[in-house]
Amino acid sequence: MIAIENIRKDFPILNRTVNGQPLVYFDNAATSQTPQQVIDVIVDYYQNYNANIHRGVHSLSQEATDKYEEARIKIQKHFNAAKSYEIIFTSGTTHSINLVANGFTSLLQAEDEIIVSALEHHSNIVPWQMLCERTGAILKVIPMTTEGTLDLATYETLLSEKTKLVFCNHVSNALGTINPIEAIITKAHKVGAAVLVDGAQAAPHIKADVQALDVDFYVTSAHKMCGPTGVGMLYGKESWLKKLPPYQGGGEMIAEVTFEKTTYADLPHKFEAGTPNICGGIAFGAAIDYMNQIGFDAIASYEHELLDYATEKLATIDGLRIYGPKETNLKASVISFNIEGVHPYDMGVILDKLGIAVRTGHHCAQPIMDFYCIPGTVRASFAFYNTKAEIDTLVAGVERAANMLR
Amino acid sequence: MTIEEIQNDIVDEFSMFDDWMQRYEYMIELGKSLPLINEQYKTDDNLIKGCQSKVWVHATLENDKIIFTADSDAIITKGIIAILIRAFSNQKPKDIIEANTNFIDEIGLKEHLSPTRANGLVSMIKQLKMYAIAYQTQLN
Repeated sequence: MIAIENIRKDFPILNRTVNGQPLVYFDNAATSQTPQQVIDVIVDYYQNYNANIHRGVHSLSQEATDKYEEARIKIQKHFNAAKSYEIIFTSGTTHSINLVANGFTSLLQAEDEIIVSALEHHSNIVPWQMLCERTGAILKVIPMTTEGTLDLATYETLLSEKTKLVFCNHVSNALGTINPIEAIITKAHKVGAAVLVDGAQAAPHIKADVQALDVDFYVTSAHKMCGPTGVGMLYGKESWLKKLPPYQGGGEMIAEVTFEKTTYADLPHKFEAGTPNICGGIAFGAAIDYMNQIGFDAIASYEHELLDYATEKLATIDGLRIYGPKETNLKASVISFNIEGVHPYDMGVILDKLGIAVRTGHHCAQPIMDFYCIPGTVRASFAFYNTKAEIDTLVAGVERAANMLR
Repeated sequence: MTIEEIQNDIVDEFSMFDDWMQRYEYMIELGKSLPLINEQYKTDDNLIKGCQSKVWVHATLENDKIIFTADSDAIITKGIIAILIRAFSNQKPKDIIEANTNFIDEIGLKEHLSPTRANGLVSMIKQLKMYAIAYQTQLN
């Protein structure tokens, strides 16, 4: 059970107004809001123990190092990684993907094949296209269906001994589709391919168990799950992280440096060059604590209730089409829609005037928009701190905007 | 009329509206009612791709004045284009080069001209100025 009134009190931003109207924040898939508990941790860091980590002998440095490493263990436990050093702090999902894509440059040969899903965010397409340009590897695509799900039968035909890597998101940011990553991973492993799962959209809704999934790489950003921006993580199986070369050179990632030869530090530091986002990492840990305290089962069940309610209400609006799976149990709490004859940008502008924050446009997933032959969609994404009353405000706002715009 | 006079007229018209709803309804009407560009000019060459909406701009020089036509796939963007075209079209290149768009702030539509908005309007204004500079060079 979600004690919604208490939860809303944790998020100071939910009290503000926008354009004179109470804020209705339905852009959670872009970034989640930050609870006071996490804000307090950020303030506490700068007020009490701001110091550079892993190198100082003084007390502040030691305190900051301890907290940062505690956060790594919180993340490890949350995603059930076997070892804490399999968790690499990054600046976010995009950084994590680029780190792996860059590392595979030395592991791929021309004519090797890598497979992407049609439902990806640009950040899980472009780094791999760049990898193909560097190596001569070939990019294949798992097609999508009009329902917004992946065509797994075709996926099987794409797999062969040439396949080295498969990458796919856990949840689609544009449509909310929950992808069958278990099946994708099992099938990829049968041909010896590694799998990277982009968990940016899944992280706020689903507690992924990387060992149970047997996934090779799992990546996400803190700001999708009540943490700050500019920090995220890469989980990689130890065996893979040892195979990948370092991504960036600098301090912290070395064992010994001479002008003749440098040896690299052990995991996880090999991939953590330079001073990291220390406060961000610690706050990421606090955000995970906060969400676990509410409980992912409770969050999933409440968000599903919101999704069903919003789907039912929005469907009553004349000319409204929802993109993605019709079955709400195949989706995270995201509704991507358009109204016949209304451009999504216009809808977004009017909703903003009414204090309602939604995302409009192609959601950095142009191939999906091209598939549906549309310029973009309006996307409302719900979090556990949203309410049915806010959904009523959205539905009324969409109706009002549609009347103005049609 | 000079660009400044037209802009003052527009500011006067908008001052009659009490709230944002009326302003936007007016803009939407402008967007709906004006046939802004001949379909043959809606080419990729004339297209400014915003992240959120697309804008097409076409220019010709007639009697030393530039005639702009433009369009957008989004109606609010199109409404703002109608206002911009009214101010800048059928004017001398030199006047267009020297004109500013401060009147957009005054009529409460500033946010649509934010460079981070990605609706194509900022690039469109830049494009209008570029046409003016090009035609001015031609006239010299």
